[in-house]
Amino acid sequence: MSKALFEYVLRLGDDSLILGQRLSEWCGHGPILEEDIATTNIALDLIGQATTLLEYAAHLEGKKRSADELAFLRIDREYKNLLLVEQENGDFGKTIMRQFLFDAYRKLLFEKLLSSSDEHLAAIAEKSLKETKYHLKHSSEWVIRLGDGTEESHERVQDSLNELWRYTGELFFEDEVDTELKGSGVIPDVSDIQDKWNELVMNVLAEATLTIPNDNWQFDGGRVGKHSEHLGYLLSVMQYMQRAYPNMEW
Amino acid sequence: MVDTNQIWKYLEEVSDPEIPVLTVNDLGIVRNVSIEGGLCKVTITPTYSGCPAMKRIEDDIIEKLKDKGIENVKVDLVLSPAWTTDWITENGRQKLLEYGIAPPQDEVDKSVLFAEPTNVPCPKCSSSNTRMISQFGSTACKAHYQCNECMEPYDYFKCL
Repeated sequence: MSKALFEYVLRLGDDSLILGQRLSEWCGHGPILEEDIATTNIALDLIGQATTLLEYAAHLEGKKRSADELAFLRIDREYKNLLLVEQENGDFGKTIMRQFLFDAYRKLLFEKLLSSSDEHLAAIAEKSLKETKYHLKHSSEWVIRLGDGTEESHERVQDSLNELWRYTGELFFEDEVDTELKGSGVIPDVSDIQDKWNELVMNVLAEATLTIPNDNWQFDGGRVGKHSEHLGYLLSVMQYMQRAYPNMEW
Repeated sequence: MVDTNQIWKYLEEVSDPEIPVLTVNDLGIVRNVSIEGGLCKVTITPTYSGCPAMKRIEDDIIEKLKDKGIENVKVDLVLSPAWTTDWITENGRQKLLEYGIAPPQDEVDKSVLFAEPTNVPCPKCSSSNTRMISQFGSTACKAHYQCNECMEPYDYFKCL
């Protein structure tokens, strides 16, 4: 089981790490000071969650690889994050839409993981859930403000939804890793989360006067290491220091 | 050999590097102190997952206890039960207020997705005619508020 659990924890850890890295790109570039601070605060929470998750993954793997090595010294095909979180920031509306679709999923997932039969995973969920609720509050309020805002803000955030919707099917991706862990009560049944996610997302989008695109083509692959073209560029920035100066610390 | 009560007293001298008026005891992040076979073990819990102060607090605890002559110290980090602002002591809340940071108010903003912003009285003039500027402030644990009466901008230690 620990091999499946390693894989699962790595997937969650990579979601946090990659989205944290993406959000940190806003540091010093936010549209207003408050949002510059908010996005980087959320990035910090995510990097903190990534640290805890990747430390646990490193422990489960039992190969003496550290959390830092997992974070900075893998190649792109070894990252198991969702395609959604590696998508480029775009404008503020796209960043917010990406965040909202993810936050809604993460909140519901962490709520379910509270009762995981794996105590450490449940503890990580308990800690992270509190932060995630603030993230979701922030992102959903912005989706509504932008969607039901000016003509331009509506158009931009609708375009972002149209573009990002095709990455939301993967939130509920399942393979043999999930089947094994579900059987032993470590993780919840994904269909349970999916229904609640649909409800939550539809309610917010309705209030934001936004509509989901008709084209329901969905991508997946991130969970098994097949990524979009954007991940490589992100990793080259994120890994630069460790690649250029191996084992450096500060 | 010192007892655990004495260790708790020594911890009164370790402050939060980001809010130096608060000690680690005021914050409620020290969950347990034990002495077994000459090893002093202090168990702490993080406020936020990414709080950069945690590592520093860990080092400060070890250093403080060394200063007091306790050489064999280990600091353990636990995640559960997850830290809550309810654990900030009454004394800690008073110190925050005097420092100009509004202390956490109630349970409301923890759970509700679309709750109205919590009413947070101004730490300078006590007026409750205030508004939230941003949910995220100078650190992960704070929101940014402004008083509509005296115009003072201030941090609010938000509920977690």
